[in-house]
Amino acid sequence: MTNLSDFTPNEMMTIAAARALSNDDVCFVGIGAPSAACNVARLTHAPDITLIYESGTIGTAPNVLPLSIGDGELCETAVTTVSVPEMFRYWLQGGRISIGFLGAAQLDRFGNINTTVIGDYHKPKVRLPGGGGAPEIATSCRQVFITMKQTTRGMVDKIDFYTSFGHGEGGNHRERLGITTKGPTLLITDLAIWKPDPETKEFTVVSMHRGVTRDQIQETCGWKVRFSDRLEETPPPSELELTTLRELQARTERAHGGRKGA
Amino acid sequence: MAKFQSLQEAVADNLRDGDTVAFEGFTHLIPHAAAHEVIRQGIKDLTLIRMTPDIIYDQLIGMGLVKKVVFSYAGNPGVGLLRRMRDAIENGWPRAIETEEHSHAAMANAYEAGAAGLPCAVFRGYRGAGLKEVNPSIKSITCPFTGEELAAVPAHRPDAAVIHAQKANRRGDVLVEGIIGVQKEAVLASKRSVVTVEEIVEDFDDLHPNLCVLPHWTVSSIAHVPGGAHPSYTHGYYDRDNAAYLEWDKISADRDLFTAWIKENVLEAGPEAFSSRVKGL
Repeated sequence: MTNLSDFTPNEMMTIAAARALSNDDVCFVGIGAPSAACNVARLTHAPDITLIYESGTIGTAPNVLPLSIGDGELCETAVTTVSVPEMFRYWLQGGRISIGFLGAAQLDRFGNINTTVIGDYHKPKVRLPGGGGAPEIATSCRQVFITMKQTTRGMVDKIDFYTSFGHGEGGNHRERLGITTKGPTLLITDLAIWKPDPETKEFTVVSMHRGVTRDQIQETCGWKVRFSDRLEETPPPSELELTTLRELQARTERAHGGRKGA
Repeated sequence: MAKFQSLQEAVADNLRDGDTVAFEGFTHLIPHAAAHEVIRQGIKDLTLIRMTPDIIYDQLIGMGLVKKVVFSYAGNPGVGLLRRMRDAIENGWPRAIETEEHSHAAMANAYEAGAAGLPCAVFRGYRGAGLKEVNPSIKSITCPFTGEELAAVPAHRPDAAVIHAQKANRRGDVLVEGIIGVQKEAVLASKRSVVTVEEIVEDFDDLHPNLCVLPHWTVSSIAHVPGGAHPSYTHGYYDRDNAAYLEWDKISADRDLFTAWIKENVLEAGPEAFSSRVKGL
């Protein structure tokens, strides 16, 4: 039984992220939170969306969320599965992908992401897994969406390492590096939807999820938050969205023995 | 010309101390049994190339056999971090290791360049990325036709590639299907190769003509090791053992637990143990 008034911030985040995708998108799905959002989109308003995972699976339609980016079901349900060099050369570098959907361990206000190290690169306090496909996803996809939960450890004033480039120091930094793609255009958190300011490229809150306050957003963010003059409230999940997400997660947990999938 | 050998002979014939070796398999078809054989033989001072080091490199690093790792994503897929690799990088246990870190695009391109016999790979990458500041082997090159600045990395030319595949036929041709990763490129880029397979069949006569097949004359040694990818999976044979990946997070978190696990499951076991590990998957 779906209780519509009782959704969690995580559910709101996933559903808000899913809404940002459309039927004709070709989406490169990153590890972690993006995968749930992309599959909810596919199972609700965007049944023909093309989901691509970096393992080479193109047009995949998994019944449960994969635990890894190379789960067998991604291949079994894909339109085609190509080699990893082909994936990165023809499909990503070739400009075939409309949206790269990334998660982040550390993010700054300009959409630069760190998933490499905490501390100095050569003497790290914490060695994180690294970038995988992200450095090129961030610059080769026509635009980049980012989704993550808000914490002051994750959303920081200065990231320790530029794993993937967003808007750099802001303004026209991408152009100055000869990058012609748009970069991060949307950030969906558990509390709000953010878009870059058209001039400075700093992420600005454009919509707060229902029941969230400005203070909550500031307290969980490591930089001084800017709010749009035309701040909106994110529409709460519909019954279809919430049921779809919960059923997907229940199927996933049954399939992976309690794990929520990536 | 492919030789059919036991896994022990195949590894002994193709891998030596100090070699540069690429174990490949992108989540799928990871050559776990062959990596365990390397641990049993104690082949050391290895430079290991692999896009996604995951559990097998965690094990080789934890056993002190590794000098350097060239990689692009060092995580336990779907679970978290690689704790033995982190211990080596952060604390030098059981020995310090060098790392050379790339993006997936760079690694894939470097294998392809190796297979193509080129000295380097050229691609549109690393723009604005921090890795090019800390990895001296990431350079740039200017396109002589358009003036565009592109990234360049050295081709991968390993001494040996190690992969797991579905089938070999009697002649030694090898079939890889499903998520094919970079295995073909890794084998063609390497001087020698070891392939473990689930099954040896008479011939490939009934196969689709475009399947990924490595002809027998591109492969050095083939060993029949059913279940040899476990806890990774083999498309068409058995599923990924997700519970084992989760379990590894606990085992690898503790040096003593890790050492005991390796003793019981690697040093005192053999390749034949793998077929029972995939029963029911």
